[in-house]
Amino acid sequence: MPTVRLRFSPSPAHVRTARLVAVACGRRAGVAVDRLEELKLAVGEACARAVARHRRGGLSDLVLLELVDDAGFEVRVLDYAPADPGNPDDPEETVVAEAGVALLAESADVLKVTPGADGIGSTISLWWPTATHR
Amino acid sequence: MELSLETEAVEDRTLLRVGGEIDVYTAPSLRERLVELADGGARHIVVDLEMVEFLDSTGLGVLVGGLKRARASDGTFVLVCDQPRLLKIFRITGLERVFELYPSVTDALAGAR
Repeated sequence: MPTVRLRFSPSPAHVRTARLVAVACGRRAGVAVDRLEELKLAVGEACARAVARHRRGGLSDLVLLELVDDAGFEVRVLDYAPADPGNPDDPEETVVAEAGVALLAESADVLKVTPGADGIGSTISLWWPTATHR
Repeated sequence: MELSLETEAVEDRTLLRVGGEIDVYTAPSLRERLVELADGGARHIVVDLEMVEFLDSTGLGVLVGGLKRARASDGTFVLVCDQPRLLKIFRITGLERVFELYPSVTDALAGAR
């Protein structure tokens, strides 16, 4: 069971809140202090991606952030948007997508992106070791 | 801390000091300021990131947009950044090869033309 669940409307303003909650929980779970900056960055990227997917799809559904303090520290960010290729002709958007993936991959020890059933939604799972589980 | 933006003219260059967090929420304000500067005729822009506490991919996208606008008008767009955590972000994303990065405003003003 997740230790903490946070649902938020797909507004960019809430991404900062999600980052701060994740860092607070990660610190309490025993993630090394020198990894907390990476945790903050990765959670921000995952939540920003989910918000962007909902907004592009015109969805007002809440994005879900789950923080699991068990066998390390796992973060899951769930969106409910249909598959969306984005706008490959927008160079700024392309940079954001590519940089976002690079930052996610580099920041967590484990990164998984799982599509939802029937192509609806996706889950980004991130994992960091803790003092008691490496 | 949210975003702070301060603009200063230094000879023929425009220095934009950025502070706080550049993320999916605040990056549009940075984009807006950069577009305003470009529309106002600023051709040589130095963006000082020394007071930036957080930078995500949306912020990087906005900076790339600023660089593209500057190049399109035959201008320059350079960054001041000496924070290891921000330099790491530029390295991870490969953008350290795209931007001219200077360790101080003095160096950037001396080198950016």
